[in-house]
Amino acid sequence: MAVSPVVSKSSYDCCFDQIYSVKKMRGGGLWQLGQSITRRLAQADKKAVGRRYFASEAEQKKTVLYDFHVANGGKMVPFAGWSMPIQYKDSIMESTVNCRQNGSLFDVSHMCGLSLKGKDCVPFLEKLVIADVAALAPGTGTLTVFTNEKGGAIDDSVITKVTDDHIYIVVNAGCRDKDLAHIEAHMKSFKAKGGDVSWNIHDERSLLALQGPLAAPVLQHLTKEDLSKVYFGEFRITDINGARCFITRTGYTGEDGFEISVPSENAVDLAKAILEKSEGKVRLTGLGARDSLRLEAGLCLYGNDMEQHTTPVEAGLNWAIGKRRKAEGGFLGAEVILKQLAEGPKVRLVGFTSTGPPPRSHSEIQDEKGTTIGEITSGGFSPCLKKNIAMGYVKSGSHKTGTKAKILVRGKAYDGVVTKKPFVPTKYYKPS
Amino acid sequence: MHFLNSLAVVKDFKYAESHEWVKVDGKTATVGITDHAQDHLGDVVYVELPEVGAAVNQGSGFGAVESVKATSDIYSPVSGDVVEVNEELNNTPGLVNSSPYEKGWIMKVEIKDDSELKNLKSSDEYAKFCEEEDAKH
Repeated sequence: MAVSPVVSKSSYDCCFDQIYSVKKMRGGGLWQLGQSITRRLAQADKKAVGRRYFASEAEQKKTVLYDFHVANGGKMVPFAGWSMPIQYKDSIMESTVNCRQNGSLFDVSHMCGLSLKGKDCVPFLEKLVIADVAALAPGTGTLTVFTNEKGGAIDDSVITKVTDDHIYIVVNAGCRDKDLAHIEAHMKSFKAKGGDVSWNIHDERSLLALQGPLAAPVLQHLTKEDLSKVYFGEFRITDINGARCFITRTGYTGEDGFEISVPSENAVDLAKAILEKSEGKVRLTGLGARDSLRLEAGLCLYGNDMEQHTTPVEAGLNWAIGKRRKAEGGFLGAEVILKQLAEGPKVRLVGFTSTGPPPRSHSEIQDEKGTTIGEITSGGFSPCLKKNIAMGYVKSGSHKTGTKAKILVRGKAYDGVVTKKPFVPTKYYKPS
Repeated sequence: MHFLNSLAVVKDFKYAESHEWVKVDGKTATVGITDHAQDHLGDVVYVELPEVGAAVNQGSGFGAVESVKATSDIYSPVSGDVVEVNEELNNTPGLVNSSPYEKGWIMKVEIKDDSELKNLKSSDEYAKFCEEEDAKH
């Protein structure tokens, strides 16, 4: 038996690149991770084995929770330069289902948190992202995209306006270096023109994601902040379990929940306290289930579903482009993006359900006549729906819900149908 | 059964280094994947079975096993013609996890050449092989 990463054999180069480029906070190329766990099973493709060996033996960074993961049965795998748990003792199937029934605790400290400060930090950031940052109320945030000059995505990221002169940003682990270089280069020229902005990279902090229906009741045991008044997308700086934390009511599972930035020296204690307060119902959950959860929620994984050459419009993130931004532009690649908004994009990211084996990244999509119309970018078996789900780019015209298609897996065509995302309804905590 | 790190091998079966097992009964070989393999793969969600009547060759791919997190080609430990496949796996692929050596069998092959069996490992050799592989990582 030869275990492949779930990319096709011809795409190993791509897969290898992705090990290093997959994003950080929102999970990662799980299919690449899967292979590194199981690589010892594989002998068939020497080239691939060599690459995997290299990737796994390279120096991996450890989060402060590393020993805690190992002590709790975490199977550690290399991910975006970090040694992270792909799963614990629970299977990926069990973990995924438990997150939606009870709750999950993820270590996402590999993701990079940073703060932009200064009275001009809003206009500075607006040059780099598609969001209407000026319109965000203090203490609220949004998902956004850092764009390049061609309108393609450098990264997707959650940004929060803490105050008018403080923005908190979390970027993907795999994109950290290029994101920071990009921000720094623009910051230099912005400051040279007299702009007031500086940054602080929060390497002294760790990041935990607490997700699922028990997230709020469990966290409420550990803080005086009234969490019933903190809605989806909102941000607070508050004491949790005795440490000063940044909490954002957000996540990457489609469930209600929080991302908690905690001083690293308090991170293990906080993780233990959360698990204890839940009486064992909130389970430590690894990147494997995280990928299943985000796919069920129809959320993009940077490096798979979004890349340098895909625009936010193609990726279905029109909603994230602020109304004022759509009118004024003023961000990198705005000409391309505004044109796509006016004319419609040539390709679009859509959801699929299918029969047969689960489609994976790079599976070809054909129309009913057998003409190629696109490619799957993420796919797998949904632990909650017990059927295959996938996302992929198809030509505009073939993107409407209910459109029948064929998806090729190992050369055989299986029936697929364009299906509305999210596949599993989201449970975000919004004011009623 | 012999347990190694709580993973089992069956004494009279033969094993390929690519982690398939074969149980020989006269001219018929029953083939599946080992406990070690299913444990590494995790929840199996799909098994791509060969066609009955198809010719398979020792060391060549004949199907695939998909888990939640990975896709794995499977290789035939013997050469011959497929005489039966485990249709149960179409509805219950998890049998590969819950019963890798019995209910989770994948195909039966009419063996073309008995002498090929000597290329395979005994249960003890395979258990040792797995132990050494795991120790490397």
